[in-house]
Amino acid sequence: MLIIHCPLCGPRADKEFTYGGDANRTRPSDDADEAAWYDYVFLRDNPKGWHIEFWQHAQGCRAWLKVERHTVTHEIRKVTACRNGRNG
Amino acid sequence: MGMSTYSAFSLFREALSGHKGWERVWRDPEPKPEYDVIVVGGGGHGLATAYYLAKNHGIHNVAVLEKGWLGGGNTGRNTTIIRSNYMIDGNTHFYEWSLKLWEGLSQDLNFNAMVSQRGQLNLVSTPAQWDAAARRGNVMRACGIDAELLSREEVRTIVPYLDYSGNARFPVLGALWQARAGTARHDAVAWGFARAADKRGVDIIQNCEVLGFARDGDAVTGVATTRGVIKAKKVGLAVAGHTGHLAEKAGLRLPIESHKLQAFVSEGIKPFIDHVIGWGAHHFYISQSDKGGLVYGGDLDGYNSYAQRGNLPIIEDVAQAACALIPSIRNLRMVRHWAGIMDMTMDGSPIIDKTPVPGLYLNGGWCYGGFKATPASGWCFAHTIARDEPHAFNAKLRFDRFRRGVHIDEKGMGPNPALH
Ligand SMILES: Cc1cc2nc3c(=O)[nH]c(=O)nc-3n(C[C@H](O)[C@H](O)[C@H](O)COP(=O)(O)OP(=O)(O)OC[C@H]3O[C@@H](n4cnc5c(N)ncnc54)[C@H](O)[C@@H]3O)c2cc1C
Ligand SMILES: [Zn+2]
Repeated sequence: MLIIHCPLCGPRADKEFTYGGDANRTRPSDDADEAAWYDYVFLRDNPKGWHIEFWQHAQGCRAWLKVERHTVTHEIRKVTACRNGRNG
Repeated sequence: MGMSTYSAFSLFREALSGHKGWERVWRDPEPKPEYDVIVVGGGGHGLATAYYLAKNHGIHNVAVLEKGWLGGGNTGRNTTIIRSNYMIDGNTHFYEWSLKLWEGLSQDLNFNAMVSQRGQLNLVSTPAQWDAAARRGNVMRACGIDAELLSREEVRTIVPYLDYSGNARFPVLGALWQARAGTARHDAVAWGFARAADKRGVDIIQNCEVLGFARDGDAVTGVATTRGVIKAKKVGLAVAGHTGHLAEKAGLRLPIESHKLQAFVSEGIKPFIDHVIGWGAHHFYISQSDKGGLVYGGDLDGYNSYAQRGNLPIIEDVAQAACALIPSIRNLRMVRHWAGIMDMTMDGSPIIDKTPVPGLYLNGGWCYGGFKATPASGWCFAHTIARDEPHAFNAKLRFDRFRRGVHIDEKGMGPNPALH
């Protein structure tokens, strides 16, 4: 079980959260070219190691969080609340 | 060291001499400095690729490099279901070709892969699922693949032990049945392909991790390994959940996330579940192994991971599905659970293709479905490597299909790897 320390609610089980994937991608501007959109929508770094990712506390305060988690050990070393949903 | 052919006669001969004369099943050679083709990854796909390179294309100067032991990855961790009930063009004929190869595999390899065509029931619990199953079945039949839509009463005569009571949270309304589907013995698939490839001159090298690539300008000219640099004219990746990790070392970013999937096995019981059962109301599947354990699984854990171990929420979730569907197994104990790392692609379908890097070929993105694909995957990947162009059966499983907008999304989930 992953325990995610929600900055607003405290330590909670991962069951309360919805995974939102890689949080390092930045949404291109609406008029960006296809290559930028392809990159944003489909490609991932998929690191074996530290990964910055979105989780939403869907069954709690509903805030989107940015979580720094290790993809081999599953250790979580940092959690911050996003001000702007999945836009950071 | 001429390897003998397995037969009833050889078994009889060895029985008379106390089973002391069996030869080792494949050699353990030192890596040569150079090969025509290096296949990275000694799972089913890598070994099948090497076998078909030798058998179909006459390319024998081949090495399979495996960082651990053969079949220690997903080959040895999966729930061994084989079927060909795929609906989207690009998948349908590929998986059917795989099932056809499974049907003759033990004879072809002279190794008992224990292919058991016990049939698979895909249970339907809502009217919408019924329509979807009918459509899938029609596509299969139109493509010459066996499929049959069964009513609730027909399902009940085949598997009377499901919950048909009025209390069932998700009632069984019927099923899509594929009689030719079933299971195969996972380890035997790795060992059978390994033995047959070795017999044709392929070097199978275990405990040899590929760390990076030898390059000449853009082109890949070999691999750097824990046992030194090994040159090759062509390098093919078949490393399952590690495709993204390794491709990155060649400068490629992929439409892939690595996720873990768990599997579970109960204590052994007498023969009870004679078929493979899949249940879409609550992603769940179950069959019974020859040792008697019930083998079952469900969804991914749902977040990027390279850890071959699963977490508790899915254990609970899958156990709940098992008890809801088959109430009589409530008191059975789960004896083992484990996880494997899988490439999850942005459309849930695999990639068998050349890459933009000259000399580098890619076989990955197998998601939930790679075991059943093993023979056809090897067949098509060998063709792609040998001829520098895809076989008809992997002509749509391309690297650049996301850029071109021609996804093969069976589940219609969009670019959400964890949901396929
Ligand atoms: C729990 C679970 C259940 C599943 N159930 C089914 C099922 O019922 N039916 C089905 O069709 N599919 C199923 N799958 C999917 C299927 O198991 C995989 O898609 C398939 O086995 C992957 O191909 P492979 O056999 O070649 O992989 P693997 O056996 O994982 O082979 C890849 C090999 O590459 C090696 N490797 C990795 N990196 C390196 C490196 N740098 N250098 C050298 N070697 C390396 C690994 O050690 C590994 O042995 C399941 C998967 C899991 C995890
Ligand atoms: Zn919260």
